[in-house]
Amino acid sequence: QDEILCNFWRCYLQKSKQAYCKRPAGETVKALSVCESSTDVDSDPERPSLLHLLSLSESDGDLQTDCSFASSVSKVSDSTSVYSGSVDGSLYSMKNQKEKLRMTMPMTLSFCYMALLWLREPITLSELLRFVVEGHIPYLNVFQHFPEKMKLCGLDLRIFCVESWPVYEEVFNKMHELAAFLDLPRFPDITDSCFLHPDMLCMKYLMEANLPDELHNWTCRVVKKIGIGEVDFLTLMPGNKSTRKVKYDVLAAAVIVVVLKLLFLLDDHYEWLLSDFAEERNKNNTEGGPYFEFKKWYEVVKQSLDVEQKKLDEERAKYLWRCEKPLFYSVKNKSKVLKRRQMVVNLQNQFGKLSGSVRRAEKPNPSSFQLSWSEENTDGSCFHGHSLKGVLQEKCGLLTAMNPDYWLCTVKLCNEKLCGHLAHYREVEFPQSYHFVLGLFSFLLRIQPSYIHDEVCMIEHKLFNKKLYKKLKYNTVLRK
Amino acid sequence: SSHEHKLNFRKSKEACLSYIQDALLQKQWKRAAEFLACYVESLEKDYSREHIGPSEMIWRVGTEILWHHSQSSMKEFNCFMEQMKTLGVKRYLKVCLEHVFHLLCNGQIDEAYQNLSLAESWRFGEQTAIQDKEMKLIEAYRGLLDYYSWSKQKNILLEHSEDGFSDLSVEQEMHGYFRKAAVNLKEIIKIPGVWDVFVKCLVDLLEFYGDHDEARQVLNEYAYNSKFPANPNAHVYLYQFLKRQGESKKSLISALKILHDIVPSHELMIDFNTMLQKSKKRKKRRLGLEVIFAALDYAGWKENAKAWSCLARQVKQIVTSEKHLDWIKQEWNSRKDWWPAFHFSRYLAKRNWQENKNLSCEKALVAGILLGKDCKYFKYVSHQGCKAQLKRFRMLKKFVNRHNPAYLRISG
Repeated sequence: QDEILCNFWRCYLQKSKQAYCKRPAGETVKALSVCESSTDVDSDPERPSLLHLLSLSESDGDLQTDCSFASSVSKVSDSTSVYSGSVDGSLYSMKNQKEKLRMTMPMTLSFCYMALLWLREPITLSELLRFVVEGHIPYLNVFQHFPEKMKLCGLDLRIFCVESWPVYEEVFNKMHELAAFLDLPRFPDITDSCFLHPDMLCMKYLMEANLPDELHNWTCRVVKKIGIGEVDFLTLMPGNKSTRKVKYDVLAAAVIVVVLKLLFLLDDHYEWLLSDFAEERNKNNTEGGPYFEFKKWYEVVKQSLDVEQKKLDEERAKYLWRCEKPLFYSVKNKSKVLKRRQMVVNLQNQFGKLSGSVRRAEKPNPSSFQLSWSEENTDGSCFHGHSLKGVLQEKCGLLTAMNPDYWLCTVKLCNEKLCGHLAHYREVEFPQSYHFVLGLFSFLLRIQPSYIHDEVCMIEHKLFNKKLYKKLKYNTVLRK
Repeated sequence: SSHEHKLNFRKSKEACLSYIQDALLQKQWKRAAEFLACYVESLEKDYSREHIGPSEMIWRVGTEILWHHSQSSMKEFNCFMEQMKTLGVKRYLKVCLEHVFHLLCNGQIDEAYQNLSLAESWRFGEQTAIQDKEMKLIEAYRGLLDYYSWSKQKNILLEHSEDGFSDLSVEQEMHGYFRKAAVNLKEIIKIPGVWDVFVKCLVDLLEFYGDHDEARQVLNEYAYNSKFPANPNAHVYLYQFLKRQGESKKSLISALKILHDIVPSHELMIDFNTMLQKSKKRKKRRLGLEVIFAALDYAGWKENAKAWSCLARQVKQIVTSEKHLDWIKQEWNSRKDWWPAFHFSRYLAKRNWQENKNLSCEKALVAGILLGKDCKYFKYVSHQGCKAQLKRFRMLKKFVNRHNPAYLRISG
């Protein structure tokens, strides 16, 4: 992947005219570190030699002496307090409205994701961001991995000193802007054998959400019906403003939510009635696997979810943002910073000893699954093999849902371009069960429930397209 | 779209702080320590504009944890405090002072004294002037510890003199402590504030050396200077001093007057009323009635037999003389709506009779005069008392019956 990334990077530098003939070393060495940080955890990182890269960049890059370079030098010399270790650090800090695609730390992730998408790697954006937060991908204190020559100080700090975790939407949107900016061609096709195809992702998420495998038939049906499994829909075509950008992970989660609504209604009444009904049928059920009972599933999953959520909240409160290598703005406050650092370390030791618990020395390996359920557990806490027969009925030889109703999340979609969302999610306006299901996937993907809600609305409107435009204003509950 | 949910440094530390708070409230010291260890890196970003910045937070929270944690030693505590002193020069003296308090709580008086002396000699440019108040406090507490040493020496001296020894060195040491203590204590009480403990010690010193004039001056200043916050104790100390000095009733009464105004329920109101009742001046006797009624407005006095006996005595005296019944009428006017339920219910009659016959007798007299011989309280108590053939209750009954017209005049 390094090559892909470096190609992207070079292209970016060309396009944004940031390659200066006098000191290209600064830029390319930065590129090198970005490459190193993007390597997939499972494979061995290939490290292209520094010289190789340097020579490449010098020959390919559009190395004009930009007039802005000269002006930036003069600006630096005017304000002696402005001090940065890199050539263009001061340029970066000056607010420039025209240049929206200035390099930032979240942008490095956009680059990474773009490369991963190009290669159709089995990793979603939400997973990538989760790995970043869990520390498997250097981000927080990435300057620790810089070579000795690159000293970070002054205004560079603002760029490299990360004070917040990247947000899905931000990275996602920037990636698309970047793809358009670089005039990239159509990305490699996402077919139904790709990991990012909704059918595949649904399978994964169903497993992780401890839902029966049989639901996969239903998700595939929904995907097929609304055409979101088509190659043209899924593949990224940069610069094409008419197609909606696909969030593969959120989309798959939303499909599952819609399927749950189809089968269980999720209006805080029906799903429990259905569950009781399934429980009754289960008592007489001797053949095959047990019928799926919503109530049991809810109890098991809620318990695990609460535990994991609590752990996550505590982890978030206990993040250590700084590292051993302190940063300082200038040589002047170096000693002060070092003294502070020393005091912080002392206090950490003193109170750490009193905390009574041993902090994990080793970080656990990155895992694709956050919740896992094993069929071998005898306590019946795994629902993968459960049958949906409890909620289905036979009609004309086909199994259809017993639930005849459906409620739309919203009758009218908002204009995404104006207000940024398709719908506005407020917990109090929706049933608790719906909120729970959103919450489950919100936890797994580490995004706000409203993002999933948006996708759910989009899917529903595609699914019930015909009926919506026929029906009059009163109905929010439709008969299938 | 807004990214308010974005997790950043500030939010992460805010969350950390709330976990610490929860742990502290539940006295889970280990858990609090765990989260504090994660919070301390806020120091490296200590330019927050919050009311309490990270360094002060760490000082306060860390102090609590180290003070209560089972595995924390005094040595660790002291080490931590020394670190905190270097953290914020604007807080230096405050931290020193609180450290001294903890040492005193732990009984380490010598260490406390050393720390105070060290702090006294601290100078830091303009900060010294800014932290002037804290410096005065530090000097005052050192003065207090000097008083404590003086007191010890004094006791040794007294013991020795009893045994017939005279110990010159002890005496000299004692005088030395006196001088040191007096200087600092006098300084702090110049500043308006609540200095009860310092004032008491200073007065003790001055009295011992016979400097009664200065002691009186100190106490007057403390009680009457309007710049000082209203402090009931100031008047109590003055009163006690005047009593020790054998001053006239007149000055004693004037000392207690303001106390009555600020704290009508003070326990000294009994003494106050007793003095006022006996006065020859009509105004003073009138005040006495007011004082005792006011005191009995408070729930804490409901079962105070002495207070009731004061009131009963004065009521009896007024009724017998048949002069100034209007005084009682005036006092009763604002109370007739709620005192009956508050003091003279049938339930209370029963209870008072069972628990404290003295109390019930005094109360019954008052009730009989204020509410008439047919009121619940009087009837029950006098009936019970006569049944038990107790002489005082028979006399009570006779008295109230005889003076029923007085009741009629009061109520009418």
